[in-house]
Amino acid sequence: MRYIPLTDDDRRAMMEAIGIEDIDELFADVPAEFRYPDLQLPAPLTEMEVMRELDMMAAENANLREFASFLGAGAYNHFVPAIVDTIISRGEFYTAYTPYQPEISQGHLQAAFEYQSMVAALTGMEAVNASHYDGSTAVAEAAIMAVNIQRHKRRTIVVSPTLHPQYREVLRTYVQGMDMKVIGDETHDNDFHALIDLTDDDTALVIVQNPDFLGQLHTPQEMQDLADAVHAKGALLAVATDPIALGILKPPGEYGADIVTAEGQVLGNSLSFGGPYLGIFAFRMKHVRKSSGRLVGETVDADGNRGYVLTLSTREQHIRREKATSNICSNQALNALAAAAYLAAMGKHGLRKVAELSWHKAHYAAQQIHQIDGYEVVMDKPFFKEFVVKCPRPVAEINRYLLEEYGIIGGYDLSRDYPHLGDAMLLCVTEMNTREEIDDLVIALGEAQSPHIHLNLEVSL
Amino acid sequence: MKFDDYIYDLSSPGRTGVDLPDPDVPETPIPEEFLRDDLPLPELSLPQVTRHYLRLSQKNYAVDKGFYPLGSCTMKYNPKVNEWAARLPGFANVHPLQDPHTVQGAMSLMYELQAMIGEIAGFDAVSLQPAAGAHGEFTGVLIMRAAQLARGETQRHKILVPDSAHGTNPASTSMAGFTAVQIPSDKDGNVDIEALKAALDDEVIGIMITNPNTLGLFESHIVEVCNLVHEAGGLVYGDGANLNAIMGIVRPGDLGVDVMHFNLHKTFSTPHGGGGPGSGPVGVTAELAPFLPGPIVDMTEEGDEYVWRTPEKSIGRIKSFYGNFGVMVRAYTYIKMHGAEGLRQVSEIAVLNANYMQARLLQMGDYPIPYGHRFCKHETVAQGKIPGAEGVHTLDIAKRLIDYDFHPPTIYFPLIVSEALMIEPTETEDKETIDAFLDALDKIADEARENPELLHEAPHNAPVRRLDEVRAARHPILVRLPAPAT
Repeated sequence: MRYIPLTDDDRRAMMEAIGIEDIDELFADVPAEFRYPDLQLPAPLTEMEVMRELDMMAAENANLREFASFLGAGAYNHFVPAIVDTIISRGEFYTAYTPYQPEISQGHLQAAFEYQSMVAALTGMEAVNASHYDGSTAVAEAAIMAVNIQRHKRRTIVVSPTLHPQYREVLRTYVQGMDMKVIGDETHDNDFHALIDLTDDDTALVIVQNPDFLGQLHTPQEMQDLADAVHAKGALLAVATDPIALGILKPPGEYGADIVTAEGQVLGNSLSFGGPYLGIFAFRMKHVRKSSGRLVGETVDADGNRGYVLTLSTREQHIRREKATSNICSNQALNALAAAAYLAAMGKHGLRKVAELSWHKAHYAAQQIHQIDGYEVVMDKPFFKEFVVKCPRPVAEINRYLLEEYGIIGGYDLSRDYPHLGDAMLLCVTEMNTREEIDDLVIALGEAQSPHIHLNLEVSL
Repeated sequence: MKFDDYIYDLSSPGRTGVDLPDPDVPETPIPEEFLRDDLPLPELSLPQVTRHYLRLSQKNYAVDKGFYPLGSCTMKYNPKVNEWAARLPGFANVHPLQDPHTVQGAMSLMYELQAMIGEIAGFDAVSLQPAAGAHGEFTGVLIMRAAQLARGETQRHKILVPDSAHGTNPASTSMAGFTAVQIPSDKDGNVDIEALKAALDDEVIGIMITNPNTLGLFESHIVEVCNLVHEAGGLVYGDGANLNAIMGIVRPGDLGVDVMHFNLHKTFSTPHGGGGPGSGPVGVTAELAPFLPGPIVDMTEEGDEYVWRTPEKSIGRIKSFYGNFGVMVRAYTYIKMHGAEGLRQVSEIAVLNANYMQARLLQMGDYPIPYGHRFCKHETVAQGKIPGAEGVHTLDIAKRLIDYDFHPPTIYFPLIVSEALMIEPTETEDKETIDAFLDALDKIADEARENPELLHEAPHNAPVRRLDEVRAARHPILVRLPAPAT
């Protein structure tokens, strides 16, 4: 067996040391009637065979190295410099586990500490944890943290209707067994008035997204006013954000957020069909003892040299058990390492450029699309890299045409999550989209609006 | 210049690691009011970034470097073909919200993985959505809660957790809004049946049980435990952390477990990544299948297409999209290369290696094994109580093992064994390595008696000496940024 090094002689010697004649004896305490089931699994493949099979399976998927894509909605096609994969492919990093033994884990611990620092710089916050699972669970953890900060005296979470629909779903899944309420997204709030009205002396946390799920940007002043109103009512404010946007935009830490969450996939992690991603989680230092997830802290060793350790673990499940601030154990450490490597490689200038390119290209695309008959860019507010386009026919039909005729993966169909918007598409443009792709999209959208276009349901790749 | 310096110390104004093209579209001005004043990220060149991380990596221990017998974590070899597979453009560069027609290959992989791990552990339905083991536990407890509520049994709020359980079990229980009730172990390391009977009432949602448990022992009364819980109207949650011991040996679903999470990053060889990402799929009986989080992958009735389906009484979405797909690709690759016979061999050798370790330790006599009268499964739990070296503790032994170039075992867990050393060799270690580790433990026992200071001050050969964890907790420094330029 390829990954098992024992020889027959080894096995014999080991069984002799144990005092058995057959390995079966080691399983004598397993109920006999259930022992050795006949598992119905495919016959084993060699490495050569499995690679062939996987190559074929992968080839059945339309991948974004071959297809132009304008799909975002929480997962984004941003540039990943080659150095990121080189770093996370180091066996010393990816085949280690949680740094329980800090003396032989300084590499990972320092990298994680640097991740915390760079994300603090990006978000304008004082403290950052080592990661949550993704942007959605980071939001749920923020809600639980806020209730803990409020000592369970406030138990309502007010969420904006333009917080990612999946984040709101995950939040509700998380708190279904707790005595907590989630409200706010039944409103059509777009200026925070409804959210502020709903905030009362039972509100633990208000959660908004900026840029929001529909791409809209709220000004720092609007955000500061929201924070002030929320704080005046004794509640906390969490802001879910886009780390790429923070390359140019004022960070939530500068407009009053108490907790900042984000989907960190955009920082050097591949799309990978939805995961593994990275839950970014930043907060004010005064709340550190109520925070969840691992934290890496700086300290010194016995010789007084700088070093790093996991710290404040009395909040965590392996120490505090049922009283822990969260049950999280394994997190997304390697994805956080990718984010750190990405931020280090891009640096101040690279990240700003990525954000600027996304802005310019998205705005160019919006201006062009707005001029097509039948289409309308419907944005009341400024936007960053995503925007809503009202379409002349169902989005699914248009997307099918784009894919079939132009090999373009179109935008996200908003009709299920935001039915009041009608036939509306959320388009995303990043630095990865060329002008040529955008111009093709514009032509394709123009053609797709015609009801005479025949739409073939079968997509062939 | 030292490249393992703090990253901001390598920064110089004006450097950049990545060039990006100029805009190929007309520029649109960005309103001033939105702009940030400063972006305090480091400014580095790519050679600096490369050397910085390479040097950091060299200060890390890892399975690719040496023996890593971290109990309950199953630190087996991570096959390189898994990494190749997950990086195929058709897997790595696919957006989760694409039209299902364009991702049939990825969906078929998930569909087959759901079926294969369900078959391995004896469950009718599987959701791959949970991101890690603890996330799977939380999902499983929510499923149990939803099923009990659907039966109208609203009075149930207690979950029984053996005292040998991982901390995540009681923590997951609390997050679901329930009360964890601890059940003691008996003298053989099994769940104490009398204590279980006494705890079972109509307020009990169920039990969370790890089998083999964290003592490395198979719960020999498992069928009775499941029956008792079922008779009391409860459900049985299986913590699958230790599945590596029983693949092809026994299926938890056959024993009466109703819901279980898998740790793809333990049992199915996906790398641990320095603490993640993991993947914690949940398998359930047919009765609980309607409550699984979704969407999961299903096939049309015609059998010609994979589709997304959210089970009708789903507890809801537990994570965005479908779970840690990149981890699933690796686990799929591993299972496909092993087949039924290969997986059984994996478990048999994992258990053989652990018992060889246990037998040799018993023979050595320096590290007591409280349950050494039984064969263990994937791991054995010894104690750092070396006769004649009373001032030496498990922590000292662990730190001294670092000087011998081994990763220490899990220490001080499970909590019911004092001075615990929880050793899990896994099936991918050769006999020479296990022998070398045993030799090191043997030498350390002598050192403990003759020169205990050597242990108290260990490690001596690591990149740093023992770190001041008290100081880190008392005055937490979680972020260090350069002072703003004036």
